[in-house]
Amino acid sequence: MTETFTPPTRFAVPGRIAVSEQAAAVWQTARLTEIRRETPHASTFRFAVPDWAGHLPGQHLMLRLTAADGYAAQRHYSIASPPEDAGHIELTLDHVEGGEVSGWFHTVARPGDEVEVRGPLSGFFAWPGDRPALLIGAGSGVVPLMSMVRHHRARGLDVPLRLLVSARGPEELIYAREFGAETTPVFTRSAPEGVVVGRMTAALVAPLLAEQPPGGWEAYVCGSNSFAEHASRLLVAAGQPVDRIRIERFG
Amino acid sequence: MNVTRGFTGRTRGHDPGLPPGQYDAGEDWPVLSAEVTPELTPADWSFRVDGLVERPRSWDWEQAHALPVSEYRGDIHCVTSWSKFGVRFGGVSLDAFFNVVRPHVSATHAVAYSHTGYTTNLPLADLTGGRAWIAFEYEGKPLDPEHGGPARLLVPHLYFWKSAKWIAGIRLLDHDEPGFWEQNGYHARGNPWEEQRYSGD
Repeated sequence: MTETFTPPTRFAVPGRIAVSEQAAAVWQTARLTEIRRETPHASTFRFAVPDWAGHLPGQHLMLRLTAADGYAAQRHYSIASPPEDAGHIELTLDHVEGGEVSGWFHTVARPGDEVEVRGPLSGFFAWPGDRPALLIGAGSGVVPLMSMVRHHRARGLDVPLRLLVSARGPEELIYAREFGAETTPVFTRSAPEGVVVGRMTAALVAPLLAEQPPGGWEAYVCGSNSFAEHASRLLVAAGQPVDRIRIERFG
Repeated sequence: MNVTRGFTGRTRGHDPGLPPGQYDAGEDWPVLSAEVTPELTPADWSFRVDGLVERPRSWDWEQAHALPVSEYRGDIHCVTSWSKFGVRFGGVSLDAFFNVVRPHVSATHAVAYSHTGYTTNLPLADLTGGRAWIAFEYEGKPLDPEHGGPARLLVPHLYFWKSAKWIAGIRLLDHDEPGFWEQNGYHARGNPWEEQRYSGD
């Protein structure tokens, strides 16, 4: 061995959050047990996966559907359920226009159907509940963040956690009934009486960064690329260090 | 084979350009970087090649553009399963940089690193022989910041996480050293034709 390599900045320094990588290589059968409508365009699909190795909030998996002629389609999806829901996984999927996988889920799938999954995958966007977390999501970008909120509740953690979530309107707000005092929704197209309509603003983000918990926030941003660019700029402008912003972009 | 009830999938012909498990993203070009897009201007940009080389050196924007122009026309493949056909990147072949620094015979692997600190590891053989570029342009225009502009590594025969955005340098080593995604469970090489997505594939 000659020299090793040290990155010039702290982003991507290994070992900040250690994640087990077991089981990621094995396809497992997941049996659909329940479908719950969340919004007009999104539903939650609950699966029994008896040999699931467990995951950390924020991780995703790869899901595969196979046609009779052997053609397979696979997609990455964030996991919505917390690790405490052992042996089960929940995914909340938008019905994507023309989407061959989400289209199957929203128009064909019913309880008892079986699909294949492998994972959990990737440790970077994971939050094990060990540090204050500032979560910012839009649309179905709230899905991995909800796993964190649910984990926080299930464990009764007292480490600070806040969620800012953007949706087009109240009827498009996924998990609306589950949110508590930790959550501030933002509506971009229509809002209830007396609530401002508009994009997430610096005025919403800045106060959270002005009153940092001990050790500071670890920020998790999830949504479309344009939302992720917008939200991460707000965070940086408000003083959040770039190496403590983790982004999951839906593409 | 576990057939999914009622799943037919999209209309398909046999497309020899599509690696296993991939789909054609068409006009879309998804952005999947895990870090904040840096505000990096050409004047701020630099590129260094060092490690196991005779003459380590750095290039600024003007110096890199003085090297022979080279173009890639072809396809790109992302591990998240989209592929994009018939794209065109303009830049400089990595061979042109290596001709200057002269890698030692002991160099077998490389770590490519970004101005953000992102890293990815590659066998040196994947970076030579006209198969890797420092790209400045996409479809004849400056590369967008969210796609790695002003300059990114381009190694189109491997999954696209190997093509580090906002490329800052390449260090040559005599061993393989896992980069950012590789430490997060992704495959050391990432050949889409062998579907090397995750470690163990």
